[in-house]
Amino acid sequence: MSQEEILRTPLNALHRELGGKMVPFAGYDMPVQYPAGVLAEHVHTRTKAGLFDVSHMGQVRLSGQGVEAALEKLVPGDIQVLAPGKVRYTMFTNEQGGILDDLMVSQTGKDLFMVVNAACKEQDIAHLRAGLGAGIKVDVLTDRALLALQGPEAAKVMARLCPAAAEMGFMTWAPQTVGGFDCFVTRSGYTGEDGYEISVHEKDSVALAKKLLAEPEVAPIGLGARDSLRLEAGLCLYGSDIDTTTSPIEAGLNWTISKRRRTEGGFAGAATVQKHLAEGAPRLRVGIKPVDKAPARAHTEIQDAQGRKIGEITSGGFGPTLGGPLAMGYVEAAFAAPGTEVQLLVRGTPRPAHVVAMPFVAHRYAISGRTAP
Amino acid sequence: MSKTYFTSEHEWIKVDGDIGTIGVTDHAQSALGDVVFVELPAVGKAVSKGGEAAVVESVKAASDVYSPVSGSVTEANQAIIDQPALVNESPEDGAWFFKVKLSNTAELDGLMDRAAYDAFVASL
Repeated sequence: MSQEEILRTPLNALHRELGGKMVPFAGYDMPVQYPAGVLAEHVHTRTKAGLFDVSHMGQVRLSGQGVEAALEKLVPGDIQVLAPGKVRYTMFTNEQGGILDDLMVSQTGKDLFMVVNAACKEQDIAHLRAGLGAGIKVDVLTDRALLALQGPEAAKVMARLCPAAAEMGFMTWAPQTVGGFDCFVTRSGYTGEDGYEISVHEKDSVALAKKLLAEPEVAPIGLGARDSLRLEAGLCLYGSDIDTTTSPIEAGLNWTISKRRRTEGGFAGAATVQKHLAEGAPRLRVGIKPVDKAPARAHTEIQDAQGRKIGEITSGGFGPTLGGPLAMGYVEAAFAAPGTEVQLLVRGTPRPAHVVAMPFVAHRYAISGRTAP
Repeated sequence: MSKTYFTSEHEWIKVDGDIGTIGVTDHAQSALGDVVFVELPAVGKAVSKGGEAAVVESVKAASDVYSPVSGSVTEANQAIIDQPALVNESPEDGAWFFKVKLSNTAELDGLMDRAAYDAFVASL
């Protein structure tokens, strides 16, 4: 993809109609906010339901005999254990144990359905084609849009358009008819709230988005609030909090790697992951809470009490629900315990902060499927 | 009588004698989005024309506020430190940032008046 060419999702005209402030993001023309603004959109998602266009993300179908075992060569996640209808969060690793991209993969019962980051998708597809082997088919679903409906009232809204979706458990996948349109639905998201990601054919996407927006609980939400929501939820942004230089263990993503995969290895970079698991990672991703009100942005230096550099902020800003600044970043392992006092070098001035446990705002996932009261 | 000038960096300065009151324009606050943090210069600090003097942060990003003139800071607006959202509500009035005793009033000559600034914003 050339730098000059700006891509549009099928919802582009709708974003403009809704007054979206459009910015280039990962090669796409995307709404960073709507007239309500980032703060209001953030709060709306935490209290009602927000609709996000995430059609810029890559949707890929993997099929063929032994596709699960083949994918396990590229990711540390346990794919073979996935029962039909289950979803996993995992990542492509490189030979050094760094992260090439993070992704969601669903076992549909006859193939695997994958969602990858927009900025990485071309590279991911090439990586899949090169790494999965001859018998595995990689289909890029370029004719599908992806909508995320997130928030405590998402289930109530979905119950009207798709009663079966309300019964879905967290991290499950199902083909569903939503508002009359054939969709693939997962109960998952990137906000820390209960919610859904809905893959729909591009020809139906605007009509479905309008149907969802017509529900009284639903408002359109831009990328600005998407970022502040995921930061409060302690979720990684690829390219900022995880990249080719961070191992899944340094990133604190140990929970994504099952006992079998830790023991057996068999994925790119397994030696590094196993070493970090056995000996401890040299540095760790942690939550950082500034003591005063000044936000600390990405690339802010983290120091110990004596002013020695011990790490760097990778994402930072203001948390509307938290009501103050928050950040995440990497520190030397000795400083990773919650409560550790550190300093953040903001515009040349050291400012006090603490290492804290994440998430900053508690997750509210629907562990077993239910309709919101 | 006071007169207000504007910069291409979207600051305004209202000058009364040799005291200038400085803030950011309505266009600036609109482009920034919801303001969540403001950092102001200490009283007595020397600022220079075009130099970084204050910081304004939205949920999304931090932006520098440049001083339109050289001089020394005589006052900072505690109200916007306590309530950063005022910058969105009344950017060209109650949400002024700081006041400066001008060291060289000739520096005002290069700034825009309201009509020129409005035309500049319209051209963006």
